[in-house]
Amino acid sequence: MTMQCTRAEVCVVAASDSWRGAGEVLAHAVGAVPAISVRLARLTHSPDLVLSDGEAFFMSDPPPLGKTAAEAGTVEAWTPYREVFDIVQSGRRRSMMGASQLDRYGNQNISCIGDWRRPARQLIGVRGAPGNTVNHRTNYWVPKHSPRVFVEQVDVVSGVGNDRARAAGGAAARFHDLGVVITELAVFDYGPDGALRIRSVHPGVTVEEVRHATGFAVDASTATETRMPTAEELRLIREVIDPMGLRAREVPG
Amino acid sequence: MSLEDFAATIESGMTVGIGGWGSRRKPMALVRALLRTDVKDLTIISLGGPDVGLLCDAGKVRRVAYGFVSLDSIPLDPHFRAARESGSIEISEYDEGMFVAGLRAAAQRISFLPTRAGLASDVLTMNPDLRTVASPYDDEVYVAMPALRMDVALIHLNRADAAGNGQYLGPDPYFDDLYAMAADRCYLSCEEIVPTERLLDDAPFQSLLVKRMYVTGVIETPRGAHFTSCVPDYDRDERFQREYAAAAKEPAAWESFAETYLRGDEARYQSAVDQRSN
Repeated sequence: MTMQCTRAEVCVVAASDSWRGAGEVLAHAVGAVPAISVRLARLTHSPDLVLSDGEAFFMSDPPPLGKTAAEAGTVEAWTPYREVFDIVQSGRRRSMMGASQLDRYGNQNISCIGDWRRPARQLIGVRGAPGNTVNHRTNYWVPKHSPRVFVEQVDVVSGVGNDRARAAGGAAARFHDLGVVITELAVFDYGPDGALRIRSVHPGVTVEEVRHATGFAVDASTATETRMPTAEELRLIREVIDPMGLRAREVPG
Repeated sequence: MSLEDFAATIESGMTVGIGGWGSRRKPMALVRALLRTDVKDLTIISLGGPDVGLLCDAGKVRRVAYGFVSLDSIPLDPHFRAARESGSIEISEYDEGMFVAGLRAAAQRISFLPTRAGLASDVLTMNPDLRTVASPYDDEVYVAMPALRMDVALIHLNRADAAGNGQYLGPDPYFDDLYAMAADRCYLSCEEIVPTERLLDDAPFQSLLVKRMYVTGVIETPRGAHFTSCVPDYDRDERFQREYAAAAKEPAAWESFAETYLRGDEARYQSAVDQRSN
């Protein structure tokens, strides 16, 4: 029997799989699909994951989407912003961040478009991307896969890519660990040369479509198909974690 | 002291640190008081929000050193974005953790702190003065984040006594104690000045964040963080922030916004905010 599900739900499950084996670390998830995925991971295969309310508290139960500790849930720890940077440096954290631009080696830009001295478009700034990428595993979530995001060269290296970390070596490379890039079309990982390659395409998507939406050549020789959600995962997503359907606003259709 | 007395102490060319975080517990009444002066060429050090946006718009800023400039519920301050895209300000853009390391170094009066954050990223390109430092114990090399030392720090807290002992009542102290220590002079505004013996009536010892030896002046400014949040006294005024952000994108709308809210003193601002709510 074929299960009916949306592309957003396939993305949530692919993102959830990226938290497998993370252990007892703080999950940092930017965006609706990553936020849903980390709750799904916590409720299924990764019960030790540590979840924040996005403000100053860790929650002993997965917090409702978009709600702070003050509104619901049980607080298990106090973590004001100043402590977040201590956690980053301790390495007991894993991120799934967004990317305005991403190149073949996983260099990520969220700072600005154009020359940083006088940008054509100011974006949100490097934020915590430099520190995250040299301190702990970092994955990326791109809800609109296009050649404008997947570029030959990013305008500002906010998140450090494999080529830059390897060239710098030492402290820059010691804990540098890029995992996967998940988009609404596919899941990428990195080959031995540090370059992005297609790990799987989502059901209904072709390798050609993914290549067409990617601004550089990408290896697809080992690409498979992204797995479908299980019935239990769909129930948790639809009834428990995201009954409001925020996932569909990020990935329509 | 009064807002006017505070504002009179600020001179053009100074380096001014501003506490809070994004659009949270910003010393907005102190910022509004600065808007009413003729100071300019300021270097602003801030985990920025509308404080940075308003000062950029008013032409008071030469350089901003920041970890980010965000309105939280709105990703970017439109005045800051416009200043960047027109090239009217210089910047020192840091990773957020680097920024905190710079505050800590300044608070400790040391010239830098080593950090892994920034290595191999374009933060080093965007800040050509940044240097690395080799560990004397092994082969590691780190970013030597320079101290973000400031002439003046501005912070806003929920309560303080008249001597400058400051108290936060919300869930997050942000970095206001570090700003106070990182500056030659710190001005602390608060929702209410209370007698010292009342500070612990309804709050734990741990809420006493800032010590009077780091504070030069205390200014009582009820609703002085508006329109940023100052929990538990009040949440962010999201509707007002949306008006601010929308007006900032359009010259005629901005002129009207500035006329209504920014051309008078703090009492007129607060009264205009009240009238709007009705």
